[in-house]
Amino acid sequence: MTDVTAMVDNGVNVEALLGAREALTEAPEAAKFVWRASSEWKGGTHTQSSVESFFGLGEEQKHVRQFNYDSDHPEIFASEDKGSTPVEFILVGLAGCLTAGIASVAQNRGIQLHSVKATLDAPMDIQGILGIDSDVRNGFDAITVNYKIEADASEEDIAALVAQSQKRSAVFDIVTNPTNVNVEVNK
Amino acid sequence: MINVIRQLIRPVGTTDVVVVGAGHAGLAASYFLSRQSIDHVVLERGEIANSWRTERWDSLKLLTPNWQSRLPGFEYAGEDPDGFMSMPEVIQFIEEYAKYAAAPVKTHTTVQSVQRHLDAYRVVSNRGVWHAKAVVIASGACNIANKPRVSEAVPEGIASLTAHDFRNADQLERGGVLIVGASATGLQFADEIRKAGHEVTIATGEHVRLPRTYRGRDIQFWMHSTGLLNQSYEEIDDVSRARGLPSPQLVGSHDAPILDLNRLSDNGVKVVGRLMGINNGTAQFSGSLRNVCALADLKMRRLLEAIDDWIEHNPVLCDAPERFEPTRVDDNPSLLLDLQNSNVRTIIWATGFRPDYSWLDVPVLDRKGRIRHEGGVVDMPGMYVLGLPMLRRRKSSFIHGIEDDARELMAHLADYLQCGAELPGSRAA
Repeated sequence: MTDVTAMVDNGVNVEALLGAREALTEAPEAAKFVWRASSEWKGGTHTQSSVESFFGLGEEQKHVRQFNYDSDHPEIFASEDKGSTPVEFILVGLAGCLTAGIASVAQNRGIQLHSVKATLDAPMDIQGILGIDSDVRNGFDAITVNYKIEADASEEDIAALVAQSQKRSAVFDIVTNPTNVNVEVNK
Repeated sequence: MINVIRQLIRPVGTTDVVVVGAGHAGLAASYFLSRQSIDHVVLERGEIANSWRTERWDSLKLLTPNWQSRLPGFEYAGEDPDGFMSMPEVIQFIEEYAKYAAAPVKTHTTVQSVQRHLDAYRVVSNRGVWHAKAVVIASGACNIANKPRVSEAVPEGIASLTAHDFRNADQLERGGVLIVGASATGLQFADEIRKAGHEVTIATGEHVRLPRTYRGRDIQFWMHSTGLLNQSYEEIDDVSRARGLPSPQLVGSHDAPILDLNRLSDNGVKVVGRLMGINNGTAQFSGSLRNVCALADLKMRRLLEAIDDWIEHNPVLCDAPERFEPTRVDDNPSLLLDLQNSNVRTIIWATGFRPDYSWLDVPVLDRKGRIRHEGGVVDMPGMYVLGLPMLRRRKSSFIHGIEDDARELMAHLADYLQCGAELPGSRAA
């Protein structure tokens, strides 16, 4: 069993994650992170955002480089479509978070993954954002994530991976549960 | 003035061991101390089996069948080994045990403070002070019913009850009831209150699904036979998580093979996700209901497969393997419930229990208020704790689970008294 586990390589350093978990149990203050993004309006509905720094383990941290993102709206909204629609970033975030979780849990459980693909669908009635019908919410009606996973494991073990990944996912929590949002101006 | 005089003439006792609490755990500790001729006293704030008298709802029955109701040297002697004890029966059972064990119990003696004093303990009660070399904390695991912070936002005019406040459906105002939590407590409340004719919504986070009977036998028979109940805390992955798990969705009754969310739904209970907030009088539920149900289904299935596997190697007279229907979740479970404008009149917080250590003036609590211990040996020489979930084994929180824990810990305590100092290593043998 140990041999099998040792041969499984999903490219996730589980030992480091488990080590961090243990260390942070002893030093819960270091577990307090702050994630950041900054953005600038470029014209029309086009905004450029970037991420680079964050705070964690008690000090300022940096990504290896700055990552930039364009968000805009498609041409059918009379926009120039210079980037993804902001709501699509939510789907991107959810897919990235759940899939990272699946890889980590699989590594921890000794399951070799061959392919993990997901499609995400999020219906939305835009009568909400257009202010046509106040009974319609602005956001998604729901989100459906459909995974196709090939792995050396039973259907049930794969289902358990996906379930555990949701249980530990930050983005899953963010989209399923309310969060207080404070938007301040010129402060 | 009388109080001052009383204070002055308070007796000061000296003994080897003070046991705090005369429930099944404290009495089991007393039994083993007596057998080793160790001088001790059992201080009880109320009557024997006080928590069972005061911290339980009316219809509650033990989750373990009568054949499992045994304490050190003492067994269930009734005629219904497969039945489940009501609370009056549990109280009687424990009272009889106190007599059998001839436990030196002082009732109506509330411990107000336990302090470290020299290399011993000073135990202050409303009826005097004891000096003891060792202390056994057996004051219960469920003294306080949790009420999460979100309860502060319950709109005025809606009754907000803890699991200790709830006794029976008669005390509820007519109208809807929101039950928060889907452990054994929440499910039993939902079932009972729905049957009493109320509209019931149950907010469901992570839970443990478990059938009452499997393959024709009580689940406890399998938990016992497979050795799961005896599993040591040292063998359990992430024991701190395991100790905090909600109680499995069981009820002390063989009326149905399983009491689960499906059965509640069939009876008209509305199942929603975990309660995450109350904003402007509207309750907000998590969108994770489908996943918490999937997790519970998977875990139950894994347990049943382990039982099947065990049966293959250990033939037992029983029925064929069976599988339970996966938990049905609505396509679009409600995310919001307008408490102010709906029919909801009562919210019941079935959100777990915790021990009360407010009287413990010894620095042994962690940052979450839990007592720091290794298998019941507290992180302070001469101090022990009994009766907490998975203290030393899976069965530790059950009545029958106390025997092995108490025997081992009281042996450790006896060694401690003999050596008169901290023993090398904190683990009991």
